[in-house]
Amino acid sequence: MKHMVSTIINGERRELAIKPYRSLLDVLRNEAELTGSKKGCDVGDCGACTVILDGKPINSCLVLGVEVDGSEITTIEGLADHTAPGAPLHPLQESILQHGGAQCGFCTPGILMAAKALLDETPRPTDEEARFAIAGNLCRCTGYTKIVESILSISGSEGAL
Amino acid sequence: MRPFDYFEPATLPEAVSLLERFDGRASILAGGTDLLVEIKERIRLPDHVINIKKVPGLDYLSYDPVDGLKIGSLATLHEVETSPVVIEKYAGLYQAARELGSIQVRNRATVAGNICRASPSADTLPPLIADNATIHTFGPDGERSIPMEKFFTGPGKTVLLDGEILTRINVPSPPPNTGKVYLKLGRRAAMELATVGVAVTLTLDGNECRSVRIVLGAVAPTPMRATDAEDILIGKAISENAIEEASQAAKDQCRPISDVRGSADYRREMVRVLTGRALRMSIEAANEGNSPFDISTDQTVD
Repeated sequence: MKHMVSTIINGERRELAIKPYRSLLDVLRNEAELTGSKKGCDVGDCGACTVILDGKPINSCLVLGVEVDGSEITTIEGLADHTAPGAPLHPLQESILQHGGAQCGFCTPGILMAAKALLDETPRPTDEEARFAIAGNLCRCTGYTKIVESILSISGSEGAL
Repeated sequence: MRPFDYFEPATLPEAVSLLERFDGRASILAGGTDLLVEIKERIRLPDHVINIKKVPGLDYLSYDPVDGLKIGSLATLHEVETSPVVIEKYAGLYQAARELGSIQVRNRATVAGNICRASPSADTLPPLIADNATIHTFGPDGERSIPMEKFFTGPGKTVLLDGEILTRINVPSPPPNTGKVYLKLGRRAAMELATVGVAVTLTLDGNECRSVRIVLGAVAPTPMRATDAEDILIGKAISENAIEEASQAAKDQCRPISDVRGSADYRREMVRVLTGRALRMSIEAANEGNSPFDISTDQTVD
């Protein structure tokens, strides 16, 4: 039996019919057709599926789609403001490009959402706070240093939030 | 994921009657960070999942000096690790919560779920048992309260009866001059299960140890109290000799297995080292009335 779920994804109200045993990640990627959130381990170890649910970063693979009825979700597709003139990237996205914080790119959507959640709460994080915030996001390419630099270089800057 | 039916009961009695009706074929969903992994990995095969998040009156974290800390069964680890009263008065629990999983996991995972999953290496269990926590349940025959020390019967096994739901954890308020520590040893700093965990809750009376509870994680089928070590310290003056003797007693009493995270011999030796370190840190904290985590770990006591 499918359950009707009403949720706001990236500012847009969505009504979705969802089987109860479908993860939020599968719902986002299939029913909602937002494939930016990645499926890495699918058991909460890698963080590639990180989205922001009601203001908090979570692993969307460890939440049921039916649980988000009445909630608000931001995915990587909603990070930048696509309605702004010229559709600029979010400062975090610009920064990770400039600093070489992405190589294969698979972990990047999750890293960016974890970093956004950090900067929303702590606009000027220390190096240690940045590393603590992305401890649940595995990157096998960059060795993390460039990712941390990407986050720290824009922290507290205009429009970072 | 393996298919299941999904329920969102609006009251505790409704949740209990669903559990009774499905007779062992239903699982409770609170945080979901363990349950969904177990369903995906086919460790657990529930036909019915009962989400208790819509049940009112379970989502709280409160403190008063008489009743101590009350952790509702929907309180998340994130709420625990960011609570000023937990940081100040329940330093062991704070440290355990902070080192469990990732921020993403802690934003969903509940303390109650960590308890009901009953993993021998679960981080919040040693500090809660060291703090003499009590577990409150609701079931077909009404409410029960169970000392947390007696809650676990084996890996993944507890004294919870069919149809019973954990509703609250109660942790007494610490007396003055109490120090608390939880030390976790893992192969990496984050996203790790404990190879060994040691929790100490210790109260001083001058230079004398008035009371101490030492609880070891990941070195037995359930978290275990190092009672031989406690007996060496209680009612005696604190000395470096007593600390070393107690640490050795903890090592002798634990009964770890060898697995991918460490050999039994390594775990025993680490119990000795970490028990000594946790005792020194908790004595320091009890003396200063401060959270122990400002203090470097290599300090020794005269």
